[in-house]
Amino acid sequence: MPSKVLRIAAFWVAVLVVWQLIAIAEIWSPYLFPTPVAVGRSLIKNAQSGMLLDALWHSLARLAVGYAISMLLGLGLGVLCATSRYADETIGVIVLGLQSLPSITWLPMAVLWFGLSEQAIVFVVLMGSTFSIAISARSGIRGLPPLLQRAAGTLGASRWQMYCYVTVPAMVPAMVQGMKQGWSFAWRSLMAGELLFVVAGLGHLLDVGRNLNDISMVFSIMLVIILVGVAIDRVLFGRAEAWIRERWGYSAA
Amino acid sequence: MTATIANAPQASEEREQPLLSLRGISKRFETRRQETLALDDVSLEVRPREFVCIVGPSGCGKSTLLNIAAGIDRDFEGDARFEDASITGMARERAVVFQEPALFPWLNVRANVEFGLKLRGIPPAERKTIVDQQLALVNLERFDRAYTHELSGGMRQRVQLARALAVQPHMVLMDEPFAALDAQTRDDLQLELQTVFGRTGTTVLFVTHNVREAVILGDRVVVMSPSPGRVKTVIEVPLERPRLPDDHAVSDLAAQVRSELQRTGDEEPRYAI
Repeated sequence: MPSKVLRIAAFWVAVLVVWQLIAIAEIWSPYLFPTPVAVGRSLIKNAQSGMLLDALWHSLARLAVGYAISMLLGLGLGVLCATSRYADETIGVIVLGLQSLPSITWLPMAVLWFGLSEQAIVFVVLMGSTFSIAISARSGIRGLPPLLQRAAGTLGASRWQMYCYVTVPAMVPAMVQGMKQGWSFAWRSLMAGELLFVVAGLGHLLDVGRNLNDISMVFSIMLVIILVGVAIDRVLFGRAEAWIRERWGYSAA
Repeated sequence: MTATIANAPQASEEREQPLLSLRGISKRFETRRQETLALDDVSLEVRPREFVCIVGPSGCGKSTLLNIAAGIDRDFEGDARFEDASITGMARERAVVFQEPALFPWLNVRANVEFGLKLRGIPPAERKTIVDQQLALVNLERFDRAYTHELSGGMRQRVQLARALAVQPHMVLMDEPFAALDAQTRDDLQLELQTVFGRTGTTVLFVTHNVREAVILGDRVVVMSPSPGRVKTVIEVPLERPRLPDDHAVSDLAAQVRSELQRTGDEEPRYAI
């Protein structure tokens, strides 16, 4: 579909041209509104100095640690709430409550507990994504059709086999959904946390840009944050969702 | 061949022993306001190699009775025995074909049919042989890599049947398996079922609300009446197979079953319409 590619490329070129024109018109001072060329230059400069890659690496490492732990915790909480009514009526309520708390509000507490450290930021990421993963896992298991369990039972499945071959695969679509949501919460929490206090990382770089009064740098870092977000969303989760659609049919995903 | 041998577990001297024996089965459902009697003292026996159909209007408890026989429903009064042992839960000796296509959506057709064999730890080579046989039996060899959402309703039910037969059950319980299908597919599957079970000699308990279907498939037709669910009468079907829906003998017997269904109980008037 070359014509489709062309039309989309035309759109982006148009965006850049309009942006450039607005910037050149100097409605706002160049210190407040940079040209796309300046943003591009800043991006290249920071990439060449290694600062950008270093920050990216720090951010992604924190994200990986926080996200991995919150996957385990969220799954555990979700399974607990799905299988025990008592847990659902007690812990489940806490999970729902904490899910509605913006994750950055954990930061003051994290700083008091862990100091200005890696642990503090990982803690914020953790709190940002754990509960949404837990809620998805819970609804995934709850939504398990009893019919499939009966079918497995009449084919001779033991309790353990039922769990491995029916419960776990049946909750995959809901889990991927929860993981996707958990990831975006984790990413947002991380950026907010890094912006506020931590050394190294994309959020920190954004703050450096502000301190230097370097609007081009601020724009370019924001661009990188968007690109990372879109890349993980599209590439990783996009593929997972396509795979689910193929396997589970359109109804499930 | 394996299927045929395993499906006839009863030695000839035991022929008269029923495979499935339900005696004095009662089932109560408790709703918030009241207690309803779904089954009232129902008794039923199915002998080896017999194809028994249960027919009745909705609410007569026929599916409940099948669930009790399957071991899915364990909350009832009475004595439910299979191969002379109390039914205490689900078991692969009594495979079930459900009304809804209860297939695992994350597995393709082959893996669905293979499911029960995998649970038993049967080695892959042997699994493949059995699955190939079952898929051929229900004419689905060409669709073994398809996922269930890619199949038509009739094909899904054939996969369910193949999956049930693959574990070499001693009896197959079928709960209105064709109820959601169009008339043409239904006719095809009724014919196919006669061929399959004619070949394997499997014992079947088949629940339906379609009188003609019961007459086409069954050696015996158990007629049930609703609220509370009771066995009204049992009609023998001594017709040659394959039976077709338009056979005169089938129509005649179906009419007889239908009149049994419509005959209001002599003992007590239930409805004043």
